[in-house]
Amino acid sequence: MTSVAIRGLALSFGEHRVLTGVDLDVAASSTTAVLGPSGCGKTTLLRLIAGFLAPDAGTIHLGGELVADATSSRPTARRRVGYVPQEGALFPHLDVAANIAFGLARARRRSGDRVADLLELLGLSPALATRYPHELSGGQQQRVAVARALAPDPAVVLLDEPFSSLDSGLRADTGRAVLQALRATGATAVLVTHDQDEALSLADQVALMRGGRIAQVGTPRQIYQAPVDRAVAEFVGEAVMLPAMVADGAATCALGLVGVQGPATPGAASVMIRPEQLRLGRSQGARLVGRVLDVAYHGHDASVRLRLATHPGEDVDVVARVDGATAPSPGDLVGVSVQGPARVV
Amino acid sequence: MALAGLVVLLALVPLAFVAASTVGTGWDEARRLLLRPRVGELLANTVRLVLGAVVASAVIGTAAAWLVERTDLPGRRVWTALLVAPLAVPAFVNSYGWVSLTARVEGYGGAVLICTLSYFPLVFLPVAATLRGLDPALEETAASLGLGRVRVLRRVVLPQLRPALLGGSLLVSLHLLAEFGALQMLRFPTFTTAIYDQYRSSFNGPAATALAAVLVLLCLLLLVGEQRARGDRRLAKVGSGATRATVRHRLQRWTAPALAATTALTVLSLGVPVASLGYWLATGSSTSFPVAALASATATTLGLGAGAAAVTVLAALPVAYLAVRHPRLATVLLERGTYTANALPGIVVALALVTVAIRWVQPAYQTTALLVTAYVIMFLPRGVVSARAALAQAPSLLDDVSASLGTSPLQTFRRVTLPLIAPGLASGAALVFIAASTELTATLLLSPIGTRTLATAFWSSSSSVAYGEAAPYAALMILVSIPATYLLTRQARRSARA
Repeated sequence: MTSVAIRGLALSFGEHRVLTGVDLDVAASSTTAVLGPSGCGKTTLLRLIAGFLAPDAGTIHLGGELVADATSSRPTARRRVGYVPQEGALFPHLDVAANIAFGLARARRRSGDRVADLLELLGLSPALATRYPHELSGGQQQRVAVARALAPDPAVVLLDEPFSSLDSGLRADTGRAVLQALRATGATAVLVTHDQDEALSLADQVALMRGGRIAQVGTPRQIYQAPVDRAVAEFVGEAVMLPAMVADGAATCALGLVGVQGPATPGAASVMIRPEQLRLGRSQGARLVGRVLDVAYHGHDASVRLRLATHPGEDVDVVARVDGATAPSPGDLVGVSVQGPARVV
Repeated sequence: MALAGLVVLLALVPLAFVAASTVGTGWDEARRLLLRPRVGELLANTVRLVLGAVVASAVIGTAAAWLVERTDLPGRRVWTALLVAPLAVPAFVNSYGWVSLTARVEGYGGAVLICTLSYFPLVFLPVAATLRGLDPALEETAASLGLGRVRVLRRVVLPQLRPALLGGSLLVSLHLLAEFGALQMLRFPTFTTAIYDQYRSSFNGPAATALAAVLVLLCLLLLVGEQRARGDRRLAKVGSGATRATVRHRLQRWTAPALAATTALTVLSLGVPVASLGYWLATGSSTSFPVAALASATATTLGLGAGAAAVTVLAALPVAYLAVRHPRLATVLLERGTYTANALPGIVVALALVTVAIRWVQPAYQTTALLVTAYVIMFLPRGVVSARAALAQAPSLLDDVSASLGTSPLQTFRRVTLPLIAPGLASGAALVFIAASTELTATLLLSPIGTRTLATAFWSSSSSVAYGEAAPYAALMILVSIPATYLLTRQARRSARA
C-alpha cells in the first residue's frame, strides 16, 4: 500500500522554479530518503508534504486521501504528519515528557504510559522524562523530537536533515536508533538528507533530487550500483569514469576488457567502476600495472590514486579503495585487476 | 496589521502635532520666537550639559565596566549591583538629595555632576554586557600578533565596544534632553524646563511649541547621528565555537586605588541621595507622615504604573509580532514608527496631548485615560523592544512543529508562543512600570485635578523647599523602583549571554 503519493508536483518562488514535475511514491511502513545537494529542492518537497507550503501544480495524497493540489491545501494540523526539523526544535518551556505528549489528546497526555513507551523505543532512559531540552545532549534532543513526532501515530513522519547537526560518531548511533523506532512502530518516513552515507544506510528507497527534479528513484543498491548518469554516480560515492568501446556485453577501456552490466549499445561509451571494484596485487606477472601516486589513509580503508602504465604519453589515473592494512606506499608499482562488471553511464 | 497601524498612528500624534503647529505658526512668527537671545542661551545650556554629562558618563561607565568585568577587583558582584542601583533613584530625587544639603550644586557644574551620577549606569550596563560577551580569543590573537596590553585595548576591545558605548551615550543624551525635574531643581534652564515654564505661565501658546520643535529636532539629530556613527559594520563574532571565560587582568598594587574609585562613585551616586533622604526622614523639621496622603499617592502611582504597563505591552505586541514574523518593508516601518517616541521628551508628548485633547477630544482632557495614553506613547519603545526580544524566543519553527502535531493556530499561540514570550513581556511591563511610576514631567501636565502620584506629590513639596515633607514620597518611589531595576540588570546579563 502506498502511504505517500506525489504526482507532477511543482512550485515556484517568484521567477525561481524550485520544483518541477516531481513524482514520488512511498510504500507504507517504509523509509524513503530524499537525497540531493543543498538547494536542490528537497526541503521544499518536505515542506509541501507537511503543508507548510502549497504547490502550484500537482497532487499530494497521504494515506490515500488528497491533501493538496493546485487549488486547495489541507492545513498541516489536519494532515497527521510528524515533523522532525534539523535542530529538533523541542519546546523549550516543556520537559521531555510534555514535549513527547504535546500532540496527544488531553486525556492521553495525562496518563503518561505512551511517553514511557516512546522513551524506551528510542533508547532513552525513563529518568529523562522530567528533564528540560537544554539539559539534553544533541543526540538525545533529536531522539526526543522523533518520539514527539511518533506519539500521535502520524500517517507519515517527515525528517528534515535530522542528524546533520550531530557529531559524526553520534550521527550513526542516533540514525540507527531512530530507524529502529520507525520500523518498530511501522511508521512511514520521508528523510531529507544531503549525506549519501545516511541515505544509503538508513533508507529502503532513495530518491535522488537535482535542480528541482527527481533524477532517480530506487533501492540504495540500485542507486549505487546502477546510477542513471554520471552525476548520480558521483553524488552517491566515488566513481572511476573511463572512456570505452562497448561490444558484445563487454567494454574495452584503460583497464582492459571489462564486463558490462545493464543496457549497453555497442560503440563508444563512458563506463563507471566503483573504487572498491579495483584490486591491487603484486606487479610481477600482472596483466595491468600502475604506479601509486598518493594514498589517503582512513584507518579501516585507504584510497589509492594510481597512474596506469598502459599507453605511454596517455596517462590514465584511477582510484582504488583497499584494506587499510595492506595499502601500498606512493611510488610503488602494483598490479591492478577489476572485480565485477562496469556500468555504462 | 490594522491594530499595529493604529498603535503606530497614536505614537506619531506628538510628532505630527509638533510638525503641524510649527508649520501653522508660520515662518516669520517662528523666527521671531526662536531668534532670541534667550533661545540661544537655552541652546548653549542644553548642548554643553549634554556634552559634559555624556562624556563623563561614557568615561565613568566604561571604566567601571572594565574594572568589574575585566579585572580581579574584589567584590565584583556587589559592585555590579551597586553601580546599577542609581537607576532606581530618579534623577530629580538625586538632585533633591544634593540640593537639600548644599546650594552649591546649583548651576552648570552641579547639573553635569548630578546628571552623570544619575545616568552613567545607562553606559555601564551595555558596555559591561558587551565586555562579558567578547570572545577572549580575539584578544589572545591580537596579543599573539605582538600587540601590547594597551594596544589590544585600543585596537581590539574598544572598537568592539563601540555600539554599546554609542547606544548608551545616546540613551544618556535623550534622557538629558528630556530631563526636567533635576535641572529645574538645580536652576539650570534647558529647553525642557523652559517649555514647562512657558506652558505654565502662558498656557501653551506658540512659544512653547516652537521651543518643543527645536527640542524634537535635537533629539532626531541625535538618533540619526548615532545611526551614522554606528554604521552597517558587522561586529558579530565570525564563526561559532565555544567562548571561554576571559582571563582577568590582575590589579595587584592598583587594587586599592580601584576600590577607592568605585567606592567614591557609589558614595556620590547612591550614598549622598540616600543619606540625605535618611537625614530628612529622621530629623527634618518639616517631616511629617500623612499616612492617608502617602497611601493614596502610592495607590495612585501603582495603579497608573500597572495600567500603563499593561496597555503598553498589549499595544507593543502586534507591532513586534508583525516585525518579527512578517518582516516586510511596511511592517519594519511600522515598528520604526514607534521608536520615534524615543526622540520625544515627556514634555513634548504632554504638550501635544493637552492641545489635541482641548481642541478635538475635549472630554478626554484631564482624564486618567489621557495620562495613560501619554505613558503608552512615551514608553512604547521599551515595550516593543521587550516584545521583540521575547518573540525571538519563540521561533516560527516551533509553530510548524506544533501544527504538524495537529494543533490549531490559536491553540499553538496558547500552548507554545504565549508561555515562551510571557517572561519577556513581563520584564517589558516591569520596565514600563518603573518608568511610568517615577515619571514627573508629563504627569505634572496631564494628571487630572486631585490625582497625586508619588512623583507629583514629592515635586510639589520639594519645590516649595519643604524637603522633609518630600522625603517619604521619595523613599516610596525608590522602594517601588527597586524590583524593576533588579529585573533590568538581570535582563542585561541574560542578553549578554545570548
